[in-house]
Amino acid sequence: MRSSDGLGVAAEVRTGRASARETVVAALARIRARDPGLNCFSAVLEEDALRDAAAVDAAVAAGRDPGLLAGAPFAVKNLFDVRGLVTLAGSRINAGNAAASRDATVVARLRGAGAVLLGALNMDEYAFGFTTENSHFGPTRNPHDPARVAGGSSGGSAAAVAGGLVPFTLGSDTNGSIRVPASLCGIYGLKPTYGRLSRSGAALFGISFDHVGPLAASVRDLAAAYDVMQGPDATDPVCASRAVEPCLPVLDDGTEGLRIAVADGHFATGGEPEVFAAVESVAKALGAVRRVTIEENDRARAAATIITASEGASLHVEDLRTRPLDFDRMTRDRFLAGALLPAAFYVRAQRFRSWYRAQVREIFREVDVLLAPTTPFPASRIGQDTIAVGGVEVPARPMLGRYTQPLSFIGLPVLSVPVAGPGPLPVGVQLVVAPWKETTLFRVAAALERDGVAAARIVP
Amino acid sequence: MSAPDPADVARYVDEVAPLLALPIPPECREGVVRNLVGLLIAGDQLRDFPLGDEETAPVFEP
Repeated sequence: MRSSDGLGVAAEVRTGRASARETVVAALARIRARDPGLNCFSAVLEEDALRDAAAVDAAVAAGRDPGLLAGAPFAVKNLFDVRGLVTLAGSRINAGNAAASRDATVVARLRGAGAVLLGALNMDEYAFGFTTENSHFGPTRNPHDPARVAGGSSGGSAAAVAGGLVPFTLGSDTNGSIRVPASLCGIYGLKPTYGRLSRSGAALFGISFDHVGPLAASVRDLAAAYDVMQGPDATDPVCASRAVEPCLPVLDDGTEGLRIAVADGHFATGGEPEVFAAVESVAKALGAVRRVTIEENDRARAAATIITASEGASLHVEDLRTRPLDFDRMTRDRFLAGALLPAAFYVRAQRFRSWYRAQVREIFREVDVLLAPTTPFPASRIGQDTIAVGGVEVPARPMLGRYTQPLSFIGLPVLSVPVAGPGPLPVGVQLVVAPWKETTLFRVAAALERDGVAAARIVP
Repeated sequence: MSAPDPADVARYVDEVAPLLALPIPPECREGVVRNLVGLLIAGDQLRDFPLGDEETAPVFEP
């Protein structure tokens, strides 16, 4: 039983070959040993975890179904409400808030399936960043090179998986915040269709683009966590009233009959050669030779930036007015600038979003899956402001969203797979499909994992 | 499409922020101006783009 295999742990616990308590004790010991060097966890819930594990063991002993993920340890980005814990969302400001009185919907669903919550994870303040260089709580470090960033804003969520602390975690993704850290840490990350998973009980950022989703060391754990979290939720006005479409049952279905193409243009430029080599290795494995072009991606990024800045600033405007210096210096000036932008800019950006969506819908009439890099380069160094891409110095942090931002802009489901390669640092490739086609994502990701083209890099 | 003059943007920040009851701390002013210049450039990119009758009303069920 590997500690990075959640369903494997659950199989042992469900059949009584291992106890949830032993599993959780071992995971807590790993966190104590490794987290001081990584800075993933902002809170470890030792007492609660041991109590929940004991309840799972009691259910097994009594012959009751302990759930699909019985005894599997997990942790969540600290913007999810966890009963009894203050929801920090990476901020000092929120530290003064009362503790949450109930779990976020997705946290409650995972716990209901027997998964054991071990704690909350570091992030960029209010999710406004791609690197998890949090000035209040310190940077989260990349398990493959602690001098480098883990990516963000769900950096703690990615590093906790890649560092071998827990098999899966939850993050949120507004412009790339699940996919970017998944790429830089070498693990799987899913941003489902906008509205697929309930955001109820998650601190919001850019309400037009906010998604929640899982990160994991294997495709099957990613699918299991996603399946458990699916389903309507009346307490989130954005959550769709669609039936659950399970992905675990399709993992062996293969890619036969799927029309797969590589995104060119914007998605084939502005990055380092190794990320395009990763796309090509995936394309070759899938037999994808077709190239398709999505137009106007720079404008899509511009529009997403305007909408995010406006919506994010609006959410925090009272604190910006009364205590601006309590914000992280990494987010403060950007939030303040967003609060000064005229509404016409925002509306124009939303109108452009409709145009861009219509264009991409046409592409998905002829193609089932698009391939694109996740990030333009592997993890940069902590504190690094600029980076050379193709010999040109560019701002390192915003450039990390070059390939993710246009896709979350229109709510498409995207799964970032870690591509097996010789380099010392991992990179990911985005699998992109039409809205609500997550089952297709999982068919492709599972095939790539089975063939050894995709492989999570977990610190042993 | 031309980048806005940071001096013009600084004047805008100094005039508009107080009207919005949003005092800008002196240590933030330069960063706010720099970021607002970036957002205005982003807005410029969209202003030039020909849009049709794209509808953006949020769904609202009374």
